Amino acid sequence: MIKFEDVSKTYEGQRRPALRDVDIEIAKGEFVFLVGPSGSGKSTFIRLILREYRPTKGHVYVAGKDLGRLPGWRIPGLRRQIGTVFQDFRLLPGKTVYENVAFALQVINKSSQAIRRTVPETLELVGLDGKEDRLPEELSGGEQQRVAIARAFVNRPAILIADEPTGNLDPATSVGIMKLLDRINRSDTTVVMATHDSTIVDQMRKRVIELDSGQIVRDQSKGVYGA
Amino acid sequence: MRHIFRETWSGLRRNVSMTLAVIVTMWVSLALFGFGLLATQQVDLMKGRWYDKIEISVFLCTSVAQGTNCTTGEGTTDAQRAAIQEALESNPEVASVTYESKAEAYADFREAFKNSPILDSVTEETMQDSYRVKLKDPQQYQGVVSAVRSMKGVQTVQDLRAYLDPLFTWLNLLRWGTIGIAGLLLVAAALQITNTIRLAAHSRRREIGIMRLVGASNWYILLPFVLESLAAAVIGIVFACLTIAAVVKFVIIDKAQVSIQSLPWVDWTHAGVAMLWMAVVGVALSVIPTLLTARRYVKV
Repeated sequence: MIKFEDVSKTYEGQRRPALRDVDIEIAKGEFVFLVGPSGSGKSTFIRLILREYRPTKGHVYVAGKDLGRLPGWRIPGLRRQIGTVFQDFRLLPGKTVYENVAFALQVINKSSQAIRRTVPETLELVGLDGKEDRLPEELSGGEQQRVAIARAFVNRPAILIADEPTGNLDPATSVGIMKLLDRINRSDTTVVMATHDSTIVDQMRKRVIELDSGQIVRDQSKGVYGA
Repeated sequence: MRHIFRETWSGLRRNVSMTLAVIVTMWVSLALFGFGLLATQQVDLMKGRWYDKIEISVFLCTSVAQGTNCTTGEGTTDAQRAAIQEALESNPEVASVTYESKAEAYADFREAFKNSPILDSVTEETMQDSYRVKLKDPQQYQGVVSAVRSMKGVQTVQDLRAYLDPLFTWLNLLRWGTIGIAGLLLVAAALQITNTIRLAAHSRRREIGIMRLVGASNWYILLPFVLESLAAAVIGIVFACLTIAAVVKFVIIDKAQVSIQSLPWVDWTHAGVAMLWMAVVGVALSVIPTLLTARRYVKV
């Protein structure tokens, strides 16, 4: 599903590459933790998958396509296959829960019929049925993150990328979010989650890719946070 | 689609003062641009259809006419006539020479001022014989004029161009003045639009971020911005066109055309051409800076 072939990325004006000679493959339906200290290259790894940047060297393949050769106008098509969740939720404050999720479908020109069908379905999946008309500010952090996950998943993407999704949440709430991500993963969605949360990684026993100074230092199936 | 229109509308309302500024600047600059175009067409009209057809008239002496080349009490003699005609016909600048007698001139005059009281004060004897000279190149009249002006028997040489040239100087000044000021104002309008879009993009940055993330197409993201400045531009264009229409109707058709009938004046056809150009320039000057500015914020 995602393949990095000898990928290096050096940001403009910087000497040290943010990512160096990364060679890795993530299969369809896998659940992968991306761990490592701040500045180790996790964000760059994610941004390359989203084609926010092109690699300086090597090739990134997502769903069989070489992103380096993807013309600009095909990028939106790529991103429709990838759902993304962030630490800071990134919800629209003026819109209700339902509207926030529906927004993701409206802006890719889905019919209002399809929207009326899929949005309630997805809200139920993430456990937010009954809260459709709430505004984000009326929700707890965990609930807000569920809205964000619903928005990322409502178009049924092949890949879900989560960048520190539990970073702003307390441990008990985090467990709930992880259960949800696990459930999404079981519906054959590839999940890539960057995290600092050792408890979660140790509990879940999934594949762990550890980055340090832009290089992969560990790739372990059913791994733990620290080697 | 509904979402796009809603976004456009809310964008317009959010930036009401900026939108108004854009509308007013567009209005004034496009109206000036339109004046410039009308002045240009007026010049062309006078030069093309009319100025180039003006002949030089060489008026001959009569027994009552005064002039340095006339002998008082005598008209132009036959010998003088022959010499003048010879001089005109042999001049390389001259295309053709026709002779108009007093009687013919009087008939023409009667026809032109049919309903005017001025007719009563004119008789055939007050008219003059004349040579009407057509030039090969109407711009080159000076040579012919100076060649015959001092000949015996020539009372006066009338070249209307000498009178008209200052008029053209003014019209040209008006044309380039208005177009120049319009150009400056249009640059200001384009910059204002750039600023408005920058503000709009900033206030919408969360939405844009999410739209990019979930894979909205670039056009989908850009369209509300384009529609927003297009709406302001169209209002400005409409006001500017109304201004031009008012000038054509109340100044040119109602006033100028009535008081100076001998000149050809721009009419609705010319105004239409000017308005078309105003619309093209207005749309281009709103859409292009919008796309250039918004693209920077929407960059994938």
